[in-house]
Amino acid sequence: MNFEAGAQLPDLKVTPDKYLSVRYAGASGDYNPIHIDEEFAKAVGLPGRILHGLFSMALVARAQTEAAGGPASLKRLSVQFRGMGFPEQEIVVTSTVARVRDGVATVHALAEQGGNVIVHDAEAELELP
Amino acid sequence: MALSTDAVGKTYPPVTYAVGREKVREYALAVGERDPLHLDVEAARAAGYADLVAPPMFAVVYAAPAMGPAIFDPHVGMNFALMVHGGQEFAWGPLVVTGDEVVTSVTVKRIEERAGVGFFVFESVSTNQDGHTVCVGTWTNIVQGV
Repeated sequence: MNFEAGAQLPDLKVTPDKYLSVRYAGASGDYNPIHIDEEFAKAVGLPGRILHGLFSMALVARAQTEAAGGPASLKRLSVQFRGMGFPEQEIVVTSTVARVRDGVATVHALAEQGGNVIVHDAEAELELP
Repeated sequence: MALSTDAVGKTYPPVTYAVGREKVREYALAVGERDPLHLDVEAARAAGYADLVAPPMFAVVYAAPAMGPAIFDPHVGMNFALMVHGGQEFAWGPLVVTGDEVVTSVTVKRIEERAGVGFFVFESVSTNQDGHTVCVGTWTNIVQGV
């Protein structure tokens, strides 16, 4: 991977299966029923169970660490959550190098699903090998 | 209803989280990690780590027990029915490895209202057993109609 301003990192494409948010709830400890209970989610006005925002952020993080050669490269990641993510629809993380300075690449990224951006304004700092 | 900013600056007791191998693996699998450092003990050891390495976003796991009391503090006063997770930032130090004991402290950094929307910002600082800061988290929750 050649990190220079304007370069695109490889897209990360993930389709969470029907029960992903249940496994993520267990793995993360966040059992908010809007993520795991279809009836509850609908009762509070959502179209259905929604993905955890921090799961979608973890996909953005993974796109960065896979491109930069491992977990030690990721020094900072900030994101904004706006839309909602859903199970069984493909999520695509796209990442573009904004600048490289002193061996640190600043990358701008987003995650979208079916035309909706679910993670906005992601900015990562990657320490390059 | 006016937003109370009384809780700004409030800190909560530090919470220690002991990082376990199978918890790291469970988390890594849930988020689809493919790097053997998170899944294969021998690969992690061959790379110079004592055991499985936690993915950076595992910060949500070791910080969670410390975040709970702050998020649910009636003194902070978030209305959960109208709350969404608005933004998140993590800044990482050394990698967290299975066997680490990570201590997290949480502070209420900011409470403010903009156009009827409440912004509640918390900071978590997580430190390992060697005194290194492994992660600083900035957690922004948004509450509509404050």
